[in-house]
Amino acid sequence: MIEYIPFIAVVAMIIIGLYTVVFRRNLIKIVIGISIIESGVNLFLIILGYRDGGVAPIFTSLPPGTSFPEGMVLPVPQALTLTSIVIGVAVLALMLSLVMHIYRKYGTLDVQKIRRLKE
Amino acid sequence: MTFLETLLQQSPVLIIATPLLSAFLMPLVSRIHAKVRDVFALVVLGVTSCFVGLLASDVLSHGPRIYIFGAQNLSFPLVRILFEVDSMGVFMAIITVMLASIAVVYSWSFLHQQDGLDKYYTLLLLVVTSALGMELTGDIFNFFVFLEISCIASCALIAFWVDEGEALEAAFKYIVVSSIGALFVLFAIGIFYAQYNALNIATLAHLLQFTFLDKIVLAILLVSLGMKAGLAPMHMWMPDSYGRAPPSIILIIMSATLASVYGILRVMFTLYGNVLTTSLRFSLPAHVIIGWILIALAIVSILIGVIMALVQTDLLRLIGYAGVAEIGYMFLAIGTSIVALGTSYATVALHGGLFHILNDALDIGLLFLVAGAIYYVTKKRSLDDISGLARSMKFTTVFFIIGALAVAGMPPLNGFTSKFLIYESVYQVNPILSIIALLGSILLLAIFIKVLYAAFLGPELPELKDVKEAPRSMLLAMGFLAVFAVVIGLFPNLVLDTLVKPAATALLDHAQYISMVVGGL
Repeated sequence: MIEYIPFIAVVAMIIIGLYTVVFRRNLIKIVIGISIIESGVNLFLIILGYRDGGVAPIFTSLPPGTSFPEGMVLPVPQALTLTSIVIGVAVLALMLSLVMHIYRKYGTLDVQKIRRLKE
Repeated sequence: MTFLETLLQQSPVLIIATPLLSAFLMPLVSRIHAKVRDVFALVVLGVTSCFVGLLASDVLSHGPRIYIFGAQNLSFPLVRILFEVDSMGVFMAIITVMLASIAVVYSWSFLHQQDGLDKYYTLLLLVVTSALGMELTGDIFNFFVFLEISCIASCALIAFWVDEGEALEAAFKYIVVSSIGALFVLFAIGIFYAQYNALNIATLAHLLQFTFLDKIVLAILLVSLGMKAGLAPMHMWMPDSYGRAPPSIILIIMSATLASVYGILRVMFTLYGNVLTTSLRFSLPAHVIIGWILIALAIVSILIGVIMALVQTDLLRLIGYAGVAEIGYMFLAIGTSIVALGTSYATVALHGGLFHILNDALDIGLLFLVAGAIYYVTKKRSLDDISGLARSMKFTTVFFIIGALAVAGMPPLNGFTSKFLIYESVYQVNPILSIIALLGSILLLAIFIKVLYAAFLGPELPELKDVKEAPRSMLLAMGFLAVFAVVIGLFPNLVLDTLVKPAATALLDHAQYISMVVGGL
């Protein structure tokens, strides 16, 4: 049972993030929601690569006696997570700068009031 | 090995590297002179087009090519990325570079007195890079990275007119929709990696078991890529951002959107190609269920697109909704070919759908450029404020008529061929679908006739008396698209036989795509 807890956390984070994006009216909270989804996905990638008692996957500095490659945690998910974090920072910065400009133009962060684009 | 062979061997990476590196050179180049910057952007795209052409001629005659980043032979588990280029990827890459070159020529006049153009061209080249990357890569994580690049760069381009609140609003909507879509693609990739310990599309397709998790992944991928492609019911970002972005870059954002359509095709036909015929519940095969879902969404897109376009007064938004309807036609054809997998009309439907990707780019692109030209000379968006423009803008009027007739699928133009293929094959599945599709086309024609009367004919307004024809580079860009539309309409077999049919064959023959990687290397 205990090994399922990280996966439950992942699903919970994604659902909380989606809820925030769909139902919250404040733009900053929408941005936070997207950030939470992103953290959930990153956590998912990290726990995929985890091995009980594994060492860091650095080929040149393996502790003596480690079985290769079974004794190491998986390096690929870590590389994926790093890429995803970098992309996430870029998206976050772009979204926050948009929110800043929107606040300057409209004087509010409420999505209900920011509706100049008609249906 | 001759120089040309070396160039050919390296061309998949050069196609990505040329626009990517030039994008970051752009701020430096634009320090020299504005003219140099404008020419540099076109030269970069010209060089990229040469590489695409070289690669296309080889792939179309000798079959798929593989480019390996990293270890050449796998003795023990090493990390490497593959590019796998087949006729489908090449077909999309040709559309992308063509749209981008035309957009750059159009931008020369359209934006010539604005500042921040060095950043504009940088972002433009980044979107082109990302679209090309999505189309050429053979690695699903790499696909996600390019998808995110296209989200970020397109969003910044949509907000290019940062003084307008509406542009910011549209850009925010776009980034929320597309970044959530991209994150779910990453989640799906994680599930794949957990099950099969692979990220390569061909290897994954080979290993795929169609477990319960795989079905969830398929749903996630279809929803998130469909969101990015503008399929109903997640189409609402499309008219917003197409209506508020500078019209010169809509062509570029459209190429990124079409790359997402390509992503869906790749997922359906290659990644899940092996398992599409396994039966799910009630002894219904998976491809029938998935195909009908796509057809239903496509019909909704067509109806929403034309009905919302009917009531619009803002010209750019109106064309944006027509674009939603056109996306619907593509998915109608794709859905039909999935439902009828294995029959002869499935192939016809796929030909129609792929051909329609090219025709949508040409026709909707032409209409956007015309609307941009009207905005450039009058500074007005609403159809209520413009009238009688045909007197002063003769060429633009002709281009508009060509674009409108092509979108509605009238005979001598390119839209007719692809829509005819779609009607013909959809009729075999269910006649009602093809009636709805025809009705949509007729309504599109009615809508654009209305626009023709409102904007170009009718009485001349006093405040529009001294309006002049659009500048030369804009006319040139529109002319290119119009000439393509007419030529492809008159000689459809030129494109159908050389590009579309090989692309459809490459999609349907997923075994070849898989065996290129799994068998030999």
